[in-house]
Amino acid sequence: MKYIGKSYDKVDAKGILSGKPSYTGDFVPKDALIIKVLRSPHGQATIKSIDTSKAKLIPGVEAIFTYEDVPTTRFTLAGQTFPEPSAYDTLILEPTVRYVGDEVALIVAKDEATALKAMPLIKVEYDVKTPVLDMHTAIGHETIVHPEDDIHNNIPVGQDYKRNICVSYHKRVGDVEAELAKCDYVVEGTYFDQATRQSAMEPFQSYGYIDHLGRIVIVSSTQIVFHVRRHIARALGIPASKIRVIKPRIGGGFGSKQTACTEIMTAFCAWKLQKPVYLLYDRPESQTCSTTRHAREWNIRVGATKDGIIQVIDMDSITDAGAHATHCFTTTTAGEHKSVPLYNKGKAVHYGTEGVYMNHTPGGAFRGYGATEALWPLECAVNRLADEMGIDPAELRQKNLIAAGETSLVYHPDEMMDSGLFQETVNKVKEMARWDERPHSWDIDERYRGGLGMALALQGSGVANIDVASVEIRLGDDGNYTLYTGSSDMGMGSNTVLSQMACEILGCPMEYVTVVESDTDIVPFDPGSYASSTTYVTGTATKMAAEQLKEKIIAKLAEYMDVEPEAIEFDGLIGTTKDGSKQMTVKELAPKLLVGGERAEQLSGFATWGSHTSPPPFMASIAEVKVDKQTGQVIPLHFYSCIDCGTVVNPKLCRVQAEGGVVQGIGMALYEDVRYSDKGRLETNNFMTYKIPTRQDTGELHTEFIESYEPTGGFGVKSIGEVVINTACPAIQHAVKNAVGADVRTLPMTPEKVFMAMDAKYKV
Amino acid sequence: MELVLHINGKNVTVNVATDEMLLHTLRSLGYFSVRCGCDTTNCGLCTVWVDDEITLSCAYPTFRAPGHKITTLEGLQEEASLLADCLASEGADQCGFCTTGMMMSAIALKRRNPNASDDEIREYLIGNLCRCTGYASQLRGVRKFLKGGL
Repeated sequence: MKYIGKSYDKVDAKGILSGKPSYTGDFVPKDALIIKVLRSPHGQATIKSIDTSKAKLIPGVEAIFTYEDVPTTRFTLAGQTFPEPSAYDTLILEPTVRYVGDEVALIVAKDEATALKAMPLIKVEYDVKTPVLDMHTAIGHETIVHPEDDIHNNIPVGQDYKRNICVSYHKRVGDVEAELAKCDYVVEGTYFDQATRQSAMEPFQSYGYIDHLGRIVIVSSTQIVFHVRRHIARALGIPASKIRVIKPRIGGGFGSKQTACTEIMTAFCAWKLQKPVYLLYDRPESQTCSTTRHAREWNIRVGATKDGIIQVIDMDSITDAGAHATHCFTTTTAGEHKSVPLYNKGKAVHYGTEGVYMNHTPGGAFRGYGATEALWPLECAVNRLADEMGIDPAELRQKNLIAAGETSLVYHPDEMMDSGLFQETVNKVKEMARWDERPHSWDIDERYRGGLGMALALQGSGVANIDVASVEIRLGDDGNYTLYTGSSDMGMGSNTVLSQMACEILGCPMEYVTVVESDTDIVPFDPGSYASSTTYVTGTATKMAAEQLKEKIIAKLAEYMDVEPEAIEFDGLIGTTKDGSKQMTVKELAPKLLVGGERAEQLSGFATWGSHTSPPPFMASIAEVKVDKQTGQVIPLHFYSCIDCGTVVNPKLCRVQAEGGVVQGIGMALYEDVRYSDKGRLETNNFMTYKIPTRQDTGELHTEFIESYEPTGGFGVKSIGEVVINTACPAIQHAVKNAVGADVRTLPMTPEKVFMAMDAKYKV
Repeated sequence: MELVLHINGKNVTVNVATDEMLLHTLRSLGYFSVRCGCDTTNCGLCTVWVDDEITLSCAYPTFRAPGHKITTLEGLQEEASLLADCLASEGADQCGFCTTGMMMSAIALKRRNPNASDDEIREYLIGNLCRCTGYASQLRGVRKFLKGGL
């Protein structure tokens, strides 16, 4: 391989790092009106009256929109492909508000100061209901979060809206109770994961204007331009042909921008006023008024027979869907498919959830997408099971681990895992952490105890039978190439990786390829960058498009050189006949193809590809922590990971993806506390209170790769983006337990919780 | 009010509201390397230099700026380019939104303590949050930069 497996710098690194205008906020038209949102102070309420007359008198206020002004077709903000599986339970504005921070009115003014001056002059009278703030009492609560009759689902997901149930999903294979009765060891417990915030550094924002054709143009920090276009079309009741959505460089996504946020409001205001408008969320709005990971409470039972075989996995949960059911069903099913198959030697599985509407920030997509949540109780339970059985947790896992060519009780009838070097990956991480050579629990000094803990994780690569990418690569008139894709490079370097994959086939240097991405007017359809799909799905389509184009180039070279295509050796730049007698460069060929005459032909490779499967990347991790016996504080020392993500296209970028995911996982495990007031107001809504890790909070990260070859993926690739967040919570939990005996089952593992749960003999 | 600011070696006349912070003034003048992540001094994205001291511009009132030397990444392109190469060589740029603020701190560190240890690098840059990289690649890149580049 010439390009695959090489650590190229990112193609856009220099420009971005020089501070050049790159992001949505850098391009806002100078004359854009500013939108500010009046937000609900109540968890659940009905607007009895809303009076904007005084506010509208403030000079510079262009318009104030309330629920009376907006279309009444419900939609979902979730970015998902046909048939959208999230409930159509959202309007731009409506008389019912469902969480503290929900939108009440849109103020459009000449500047921010004017909009903020007008805001308190809007008089709203609310009929306040008792908010639904406890997932245990949400079902059948006196307050119905979505009482409306026009709520709609494209597919049945077990919904019962009048009882606040938006999803009810239960997969049962085999007889759980009968098999548990036969088990020699059963562990059970209740585990909770919090609704972590993706916390991309770039706050949510978009601007919109009407172009010379009278169409709405939305420029947004989004992962999903085509989904956003569809949402706007549905919400505003206008055809997609009237809408263009553009994504410039975006400042992080992590799933948060797989759900539309500001765009529909921006589009509505631009359309209504026929003027440019800009909506920028401040940090508390970004943390409160977007979407989060789903908080879930799990009741798990895992049973094994004394021969060390895990026979039963029973995972039931309540999911806090928040105020809207965005991604609730699919994070649930994804969680099943990316946790349970790890251990496939057993006889029975139950995996399920009741997703409940609550008066919290809507749940959504966050890196890991259900798998992070599901692997947390599963891996904690497997560690406890090993403990009870008196065997090494790595050994128990390796005895039960799925292998290439095998299936799982929760897989579809024809589904199989085609590739994976999982045993080798576990062996490697054990070696990295010296797992077999040292104790897993030890005294560091009088104050600190040390501990090691282990966890494994799966993810997918794209959504099987759903995600489809199209890629076009055109040969330009200078022998240059332009690659058109609807995937979104949000910083992970996908434009670089796609260029490497194209160049591997075309043979040209990297600088000959320009990637044009994420503009609905220009690029072919792609669902966007989520579900760990870009390298696997879009990358494979890229390879196919490049192969097609290469074949066309060789055919044209042959035509112009007057030889048979088979007679030509092509190195990406020059075609040479095998006998060496004739040569022609692509640079010479390209302009000839674009002038008059019958032989003129714009050469282009175009491929559409989706997979019947979603090959799982695999990660094995060992956490090493020290715990302060005086305070319960957990200090991460080392985090060892070995990952099988198939072929590694760009080792440097792959490693940074892993490091970034691990640190987000460490944040979820230890620091990122989600606290609501008793009235439902999010208290941890900024970086002072919602503590994402700083560079002193991570410990040392050690990352290695074992490369399997995935036969369905171009060049053998799987995915890397999401699996890397999945091991930190259970691995650190295990390490803390080994260090001081604290079996903390509620995330995050704050010092208070660890101290309270600490084995009495360690308390100072 | 009308003020004359000294930005990246040039005098610039601006007309700002009395409560405007330097971050917003700089962005309105087109210094887009200066970014807003929180507006409450918690993230470090808006880091600039005031009289060569790293300063969070979201909490620095513009009316205090006259008579002081303001420096943004746009005014440090030579050092920024060297640091950018070091960061890119480690893939430490990722989304890049926080990186320019961190670069202001890293360049300041090099001028003060080019022999900084890893712990000293982490301590000096602690106010610069990043959600993408997990910081390890940034540490590797800054280490290279302190040693003189690639």
